[in-house]
Amino acid sequence: MKNKAARPTSYVPAGASHVRRTGSRYTLRRWSVRHAGFLEKVYRFFAEIFLKLHWLWSLIGYARVERPIVFVEKAVKGFMFDCRMCGQCTLSETGMSCPMNCPKGLRNGPCGGVRADGNCEIEPDMPCVWVEAWKGSRLMQAGDNIRAVQEPVDFSLRGTSAWLRVTAAKAAERDAAAPAAKEREG
Amino acid sequence: MNNSGLDFKNFEETRPGHTSRGRLERILRRGEFAVTAELNPPDSADPNEVFKRGAIFDGWVDGINATDGSGANCHMSSVGICALLTRRGYAPIMQISCRDRNRIAIQGDVLGAAAMGVSNILCLTGDGVESGDQPGAKPVFDLDCMSLLETIRVMRDEGRFLSGREITYRPHLFLGAAINPFAPPYDFRPLRLAKKIEAGAQFVQSQYCFDIPMLKEYMNRVTDMGLHEKCFILIGVGPLASARAARWIRTNVPGIHIPDAVIARIEGARDQRQESKKICIEIMQQIKEMPGVSGVHVMAYRQEELVSEVVHESGVLQGRKVAVGTELG
Repeated sequence: MKNKAARPTSYVPAGASHVRRTGSRYTLRRWSVRHAGFLEKVYRFFAEIFLKLHWLWSLIGYARVERPIVFVEKAVKGFMFDCRMCGQCTLSETGMSCPMNCPKGLRNGPCGGVRADGNCEIEPDMPCVWVEAWKGSRLMQAGDNIRAVQEPVDFSLRGTSAWLRVTAAKAAERDAAAPAAKEREG
Repeated sequence: MNNSGLDFKNFEETRPGHTSRGRLERILRRGEFAVTAELNPPDSADPNEVFKRGAIFDGWVDGINATDGSGANCHMSSVGICALLTRRGYAPIMQISCRDRNRIAIQGDVLGAAAMGVSNILCLTGDGVESGDQPGAKPVFDLDCMSLLETIRVMRDEGRFLSGREITYRPHLFLGAAINPFAPPYDFRPLRLAKKIEAGAQFVQSQYCFDIPMLKEYMNRVTDMGLHEKCFILIGVGPLASARAARWIRTNVPGIHIPDAVIARIEGARDQRQESKKICIEIMQQIKEMPGVSGVHVMAYRQEELVSEVVHESGVLQGRKVAVGTELG
């Protein structure tokens, strides 16, 4: 506290607060949580299409489609969830509330500092992403996934497409399960 | 046996069913009501400051928490305090916060601490840098408390780092975590405890409790889920200095819930300090009777001398069985 006053100059540039998002409304982010059940269905539908297009991604090459897909993914998820492109999307496990918006980056539930009004201890204007996550998870079919322990974030995947990674993993799983199908495709 | 003539097997022994050689685990597994306390870390490089502060608790506690830059303020490191405390035979509980160090540093510290005789580690996420004396610092938060628990559990039980690389001699540790039954989302709190247990928590220490009915509600759900059988639950308590201090804490320290009735009671008393000590003692006595609770964690910031008084006057240690023979030490 004392040190804040002891800054070299009293001039503080606009927007240089350690509470970064003071005054934001979080309207879209909260809408997404309120419609978590609907978004879960939308996501499943698109994930299915992405998987069906596996042949196309492989044909062009996953590495080559990465950049355009990242562009779209960033725009869509950034708009709806304030996505931070960690590259390991857990929205389906966290009630469609992006845990990377937590100032502590918590991926396993709320810290002990949540305010009585359900807002963040660090950013007092922001609803705690985990209070929101709990609400959202109650609206989802697979909402109980919120109980699963999440692994630490792999920071080397930051900025990459979670959609493509999940699709590639699912495709590999599917092909391993049905080698005959693989032959037909190949 | 090796060339030095030392029998290293003896060092390796832990009691059956124990994962550490520490006093805290022995006391808890024996079914005793445990008492732990928090040491106020010095802003100094003088080891005697640590010894003095440890001596205040002498004989009254089963574990001393060494905080890791609590409130995001800079103090002597928890690993340093623990190293000093183990030299004098105390049983420290080393707190590790994810705020200041990444996974490489933390895993190294765990091995170092275990080598120095630390038996208990408390895994925390940590306060945000914004709340401390150096808000311009870079917040790390590479792991969170859950993945920290799991990382250390794997180091201990499977003898490998997060990367899979082998550890030649495993750390023997009793793993703890923090809980806060007094902050939203209330419905999720017991599930979060279940998650922490799954990740590796063997004991938990809670945030300050000033609201017994609220704690009861939480404990009812915890005991219904059977979580108290998988994990020892210690409830945080502490005397407030005055009604003014209580109000300040309530508005400025996130996550601490103090009901109006408690503040009113302190305010109405002639001796506010004495009254809040009395409240603390009453809460401790009620906690001791609560099913599923294994102990108390006393946090008396800047009034550490009160710890022995509240422990003695509350009588929570009364009826403790005297350890005999090999149980000593």
